[in-house]
Amino acid sequence: MKGPEEEIVKNDTPTHAMDLGAVVKGTPEYNLEDEDICLSVNNFNLYYGDKQALNNISLKIPEKRVMAFIGPSGCGKSTLLRCFNRMNDLIDSVRIGGEIKLYDQDIYEKSINVAELRRRVGMVFQKPNPFPKSIYENVAYGLRIQGVKSRRALDAVVEKSLRGAALWDEVADRLHDNAMGLSGGQQQRLVIARAIAIEPEVLLLDEPASALDPISTLKIEELIYELKSEYTIVIVTHNMQQAARVSDYTAYMYMGKLIEYSDTNTLFTKPKQKMTEDYITGRYG
Amino acid sequence: MAKLKHWFASGTPYIWLNAGAVSLSLIMVFGLVALIAVRGLTHFWPASAIAFDYLEEDGSLTPMMGELVDTETVITSVPAVDQPETAKETVIKRHLIKQGNRDHAGLDFRWVNEKGMENRHYPEEIMVIERREWGNFYGYLKSVNVGAVTHEGRDHWEIFQSAIDRSLDLIGRIRHIEKDLIGAINYKMEQLRLDERGLELRGVMDPEPFAKIQNARAALQEEYNGYTGELEALYKQLNKDSYIAMLADGREVTMPVAKVVRAYRPNEMSFLDKCGFYLIKFWEFLSDDPREANTEGGIFPAIFGTVLMVIIMAIFVTPFGVLAAVYLHEYAEQGLITRTIRIAVNNLAGVPSIVYGVFGLGFLVYFLGGNIDRLFFPENHPAPTFGTPGLMWASITLAILTVPVVIVATEEGLSRVPRDIREGSLALGATKAETLWRTVLPMTAPAMITGLILAVARAAGEVAPLMLVGVVKLAPSLPLDGNAPFLHLDRKFMHLGFHIYDVGFQSPNVEAARPLVYATAFFLVVIIIILNLTAIWIRNRLREKYRAAEQH
Repeated sequence: MKGPEEEIVKNDTPTHAMDLGAVVKGTPEYNLEDEDICLSVNNFNLYYGDKQALNNISLKIPEKRVMAFIGPSGCGKSTLLRCFNRMNDLIDSVRIGGEIKLYDQDIYEKSINVAELRRRVGMVFQKPNPFPKSIYENVAYGLRIQGVKSRRALDAVVEKSLRGAALWDEVADRLHDNAMGLSGGQQQRLVIARAIAIEPEVLLLDEPASALDPISTLKIEELIYELKSEYTIVIVTHNMQQAARVSDYTAYMYMGKLIEYSDTNTLFTKPKQKMTEDYITGRYG
Repeated sequence: MAKLKHWFASGTPYIWLNAGAVSLSLIMVFGLVALIAVRGLTHFWPASAIAFDYLEEDGSLTPMMGELVDTETVITSVPAVDQPETAKETVIKRHLIKQGNRDHAGLDFRWVNEKGMENRHYPEEIMVIERREWGNFYGYLKSVNVGAVTHEGRDHWEIFQSAIDRSLDLIGRIRHIEKDLIGAINYKMEQLRLDERGLELRGVMDPEPFAKIQNARAALQEEYNGYTGELEALYKQLNKDSYIAMLADGREVTMPVAKVVRAYRPNEMSFLDKCGFYLIKFWEFLSDDPREANTEGGIFPAIFGTVLMVIIMAIFVTPFGVLAAVYLHEYAEQGLITRTIRIAVNNLAGVPSIVYGVFGLGFLVYFLGGNIDRLFFPENHPAPTFGTPGLMWASITLAILTVPVVIVATEEGLSRVPRDIREGSLALGATKAETLWRTVLPMTAPAMITGLILAVARAAGEVAPLMLVGVVKLAPSLPLDGNAPFLHLDRKFMHLGFHIYDVGFQSPNVEAARPLVYATAFFLVVIIIILNLTAIWIRNRLREKYRAAEQH
C-alpha cells in the first residue's frame, strides 16, 4: 500500500526551495488576523494507548480557504485531520485532551450528535472508497441517510454534485453503472461529489491525490481550487508542491507537534523555523 | 541422492500428492453418485419375464415364472449321498428370482440354482401386473369379466387394458372425493368442534353462536351425505370388473380389476415401448404417494417434506444467525466473554445431531409446544396441537443445529468488509446502524449465503434428530394444502432421509425395497445438489457485484 504512493511522492517532490517559491508566486498574501475562523484547536492532545500522537496543538483554520498540513509520515497530520469529524472515535484506544471548536461549538462535547457533526464536516480519504453501488446511489447516499426520498430532489442534487466535482460530463450517460467500474481518478472525484452532495461546511481531504496519476492529480487540484469559494477545505498532503499550489495556509507538523503555521506564501518562501526550511528544501525527507 | 533431494525441494512431489488427493476425492464422489444412480434408476426399466421348470432337491419339477433380479456365484460343499466323507467343494451359480404372487406363493423372492433351471423360455404372453396389495403378479391372462360379460380369446388383452383405465379413472375420482372434498369437510368440522369447545370454555351462555355452529355443521353433514352417496355408486361400479389369470403352475385365480395399477407384457415390448414405460414409472416415482408400506409407488410427500422443511429452516436460521454474528462482530466488546461465546458457538457445530433431537423434543416440543397449547389452543385439549412433534419443531431444531455455520460465515464476511468503506459511510453522517444496514450487510450477503449453503447441505441430509421431532413413516396429508391457513406447521411430515431408513430397514419386504432405497438416496442427493447450486448461483451473482470493492 505504501509503495506506489511513496513513488509518486518522490517523483513529484521538488528538491529546491526555489521551485516552491516559483509555484507560490502570484498567490495573494493572506493574513490570519483578517479571516473568519471556522475551526479552532486549543491545546489539543491525543494518545493512542500510552503513545502520544498529538502534542499540545493550537491553531485556527479560516473559513472558505484551503489549509494544508504537511510533514513527514507519522507526524500526526492525518490523525489531527480525523479529529475534526471525530473519525478517531472508531479506534478504541484513543484518548484526547483539549478542545476543537467548529465555530463556537466544542465538537467533543458530550451532547453533540456525531452523525450530525459529520454531515457538517465532510471527509475524503486517501484511497478512493466508493460504495459497491451505482454512481447515482453513491452520490445520493448521504441524502438517503437523511431521509430524502423525492426522486426529483435526488436527481437535482446528484447532477449538481457531479458537476461540482467535475465528473458530470464523464458519467452523465452511465449514472446507474457500478461505481467500481470508474478509474481511480474518477472514483476520487466521485467520492468528492458524494461528500459535497450533503453540503458540508468543511471538507477534509486526507491525501486525496496520493493514489492517483499526475493527470488525475491535476484535476483534483483544480477542483479544490473551485471548491474553496463554498467550503472550508483542510487538506493533508505529502506532496509539498501540491500544498504550495492549492493552499492558502500551510502548517508544518513534526512528531505530533505543530512546528510552523502561516500563510502558504510565507511558509514556503520565508520559513521562520530551521526545521521547516530543512523539510521544504528536502534536507529532511 | 542429491537429485532426489532436489526433486523434493522443487515441490513437484507435493503437487502430485495434492493432485492425487483431489482426484481421489472426485473419483469417490462421482463413483458414489454413479453407483446409487445406476442401482436406483435401473429399477424402473421393465425387466424381461422368464419362465422355467425348477428341479427341486427332492427331484420334482416346479414350474416358475418371474424376473431375474440378481446372480451370484457361491462355493458350497455338497457331500455325495453314498460317500459322506468325500465332501467336495463345488462352485455353483445361483439366481434371485422375483416370482411375485405373494398371495399364492408365499414368498415373492426365491434363490434358485442355475443347474436346476430347465426349459428356460421367455413367452410373449407373460403378463406382469402391479397391484395395490400383495405386490406384483406374474402369470397369463385367461379371461376378463367386464359388465357381467366374459371376454376370452384374441382381444381380451385390449379389453383388460381399457377396464384398467376405467378403474384407474374411477379410483382417481374416488380419491378426489375422499381426500380433497371430504378432507376439507372434515377439516371444517374439526374447526367447528374447536370453535364450539372454545365457546364452552369461555363460558359463553348466548345460544346464538352455538346455533350458528349447529347450522354450519348440519350444512356440512348434508354435503358429506351427498358425497357418500356418490362414493357408494363409484365403489359399486369399481368392484364390478374382474379377471381370471393363470399362475405358473396352471392354477387359475380370479381377481378384481380394481386392485390393478398397471398390467404389461414385458417380453412383447419394443425398446421404444420400454422407454415410454420407463418414463411413466419414473414420473410416478417422483409424483405419486407411496403404497404398500412405502415399498411401492412414489416418494412425492417425502420430497415435498424435505424441501419445505429446509426452506422453513432457512427462514429461521438466516435472520437469527446474521443477527448473532452482527452483534458479536460489530457491537459486543471484544474480550474474554465474546471469545468464550465464539468458542461455544464453534463447539455447538460439533455436537452430535441426535442431541439436538433430544433437546428439540424436550424443550421445544414438550415445554414450548405444551405451553403454546395451554395458552392458545385450550379448546383442543387434551389432544396436542403444537405440543407434539411437527414440521415447525423439526425446522427449528435443524435451525439450532445449523446456526453456528451461519454465524461463523457471516462473521467472516463482516471482517472482510474494508474499513475505508465503513469510514466512507460514517463520514457522510450515517450512524453505525445505518452504515451496517445500507453498506456493510449488503456487502456481507455473499458470505451469509455461503453460510446458508452449508446449513442447507447439512440440514437436508440430517435424519437422526428429525425422527424425534416430527418426521413420520407415512403422513396422511401434506403440510401445505387448500385448507386455510394453507401451511400447517403443526403437521407431521415425511422426509427423504427417513424414508431411506424406513424403506431399507423397516420394510416387510427388503428385497423388493432395495432398489427404492437407492432411487430415494439418489433423489436426496439430487435435491441437496439442486438446493446448493441455487444458493451458489445467487451467491456468485452477489459476489460479482461486490468483488471490486473487496479488493481494497
